[in-house]
Amino acid sequence: MNLLDFARGAVMKWSIAIFLFGMLWRLFGMLLLRRTHDYSEPRVHAAGLGALRSIIRRSWPRREFQARTAYGVTVSYVFHIGLAIIVFGFVPHILFIRNLVGVGWSGLPGGIIYFCAVITLVALVMAIVRRLTHPVLKLLSNFDDYFSWFVTAAPVVTGLLAAGHYGGRYEDLLAVHILSFELLLIWFPFGKLMHSVLLFLARGQTGAVYGRRGAST
Amino acid sequence: MSKDDSIGESLRKQGISRRAFMKFCAATASLLALPPGMAAVMAETLSRARRPSVIYLSYQECTGCGESLTRSFSPTLENLMFNVMSLDYYETLQAAAGTAAEAARKTAMKENWGKYLLVVDGAVPVGHDGAYCTIAGESAVDILTEAAKGAAAVVSVGTCAAFGGIPHANPDPTGAVAVSRIVKDKPVVNVSGCPPVPEVITGVLAHYLTFGSIPELDHLGRPKVFFGETIHDRCYRRPFYDEGKFAKTFDDEGARNGWCLFELGCKGPVTYNACPTVKWNQGTSYPIQSGHGCLGCSEPDFWDKGSFYQALSTGTWSGGAVLGAAAVAGAAIGVGAAIVSRRRHAHSEKEKQS
Repeated sequence: MNLLDFARGAVMKWSIAIFLFGMLWRLFGMLLLRRTHDYSEPRVHAAGLGALRSIIRRSWPRREFQARTAYGVTVSYVFHIGLAIIVFGFVPHILFIRNLVGVGWSGLPGGIIYFCAVITLVALVMAIVRRLTHPVLKLLSNFDDYFSWFVTAAPVVTGLLAAGHYGGRYEDLLAVHILSFELLLIWFPFGKLMHSVLLFLARGQTGAVYGRRGAST
Repeated sequence: MSKDDSIGESLRKQGISRRAFMKFCAATASLLALPPGMAAVMAETLSRARRPSVIYLSYQECTGCGESLTRSFSPTLENLMFNVMSLDYYETLQAAAGTAAEAARKTAMKENWGKYLLVVDGAVPVGHDGAYCTIAGESAVDILTEAAKGAAAVVSVGTCAAFGGIPHANPDPTGAVAVSRIVKDKPVVNVSGCPPVPEVITGVLAHYLTFGSIPELDHLGRPKVFFGETIHDRCYRRPFYDEGKFAKTFDDEGARNGWCLFELGCKGPVTYNACPTVKWNQGTSYPIQSGHGCLGCSEPDFWDKGSFYQALSTGTWSGGAVLGAAAVAGAAIGVGAAIVSRRRHAHSEKEKQS
């Protein structure tokens, strides 16, 4: 068994199993928590609308802070959109998803994906440089932040190396790329990468509570 | 034609012109990607050399490699056999049988001890003391061990000989192994493929016969000149991969337009072989050109790497039960944690009230 067989076989199975285990543990654990009863008269009955409004509005910086947050927001949007294009637009990735869940779609040309991957990587580097140099962010950051950045950037780097055949034989580079993605899968439910799911739940919950009380969300 | 004749003498006796011999050398040098000047060196060396003895052993195999070898067109097998080498033992092609055939092998080994080239196709079964493959009462592993002792070099022809191939595939009932697992003290060249490209087999033989040495090998013991690049990198359909154009079935528009076969399971990106450059049937075509994805047959354990029709980016694991168990366990622990939290909350509420 070579490294690629190892990555496509046992490691893939167990990384997906750990991902599923962690995701369901955290989601069930959080969604079934007891909620405090709000005995006040609702000002607005469509609290769900408040939740939706909050999710959308808080995805965009408030005008008062735009100048201060422009760098972070722009860099974050660039690498998040870039990651989405790479993950959901590259045909080999789509085939992986289709094989797993049975749903597939058309992909984008390789050139567009490689271009997006380079832009994404640049944005990721800009984000970590800011985290390492910004005095406040630096104080707020811990192992979880840096490791989450690492497991996000690693598949992009290894994917580009594999696509360009840089640094080794293609099958080894592909194996390392798959292994780096599997590391991301394993870390995903237990670290800050979970924000990709919890973000919507947290904002939605806050928006729903505020909406019920008639406050601006 | 005497066995002691040099190659040049044997060619002259057969009425083969110097011009025809030079054409053979030029074609072989070109196949081996040697500089143009090497054709003349090859001609000079070969014409003076005594035809070396070649002993060809066949074990757990389907004779596909032998079939392939007979279809080599440049250099042809006949040309190699009659002009360049002395093929002293090969069960598939020799007229002799039984005791006479074995006697021919033993004589050739004795007369050329330390100098002959040993070619092997097929895996070697070592289970039950080699009882799964015997010839004239001797096990394959014993014959190979004895023959390898007197060989100058060993060429493993086909994936079975090179890596164990299909006989070695799970569950490997006969304990089939590659030749290199048996022969440890001689240089072994792996000419893998199921079967190998004919010109790759004859090209390696011609290289040895010309230079008296084996070509440069990769980490799997394959000649780099033929196995240096992946099928994908030299594939004429590669531009379609880069454009994101893929055939989704064997008879859709993409297939008819000759688009990339990656989605249909082509293993070209991780398979090293000369198929796209040398091609098959006198340079006519190769599997991908004929509309089927590469099976990766020149790589070790290709038979056990999942479906031929499953894309390379997908997993080869099976274990829905493991995923189901992980999901149930995760959900159960999450529900359990929520229940514990609710109970604690209710308990603290009660305490506050009392």
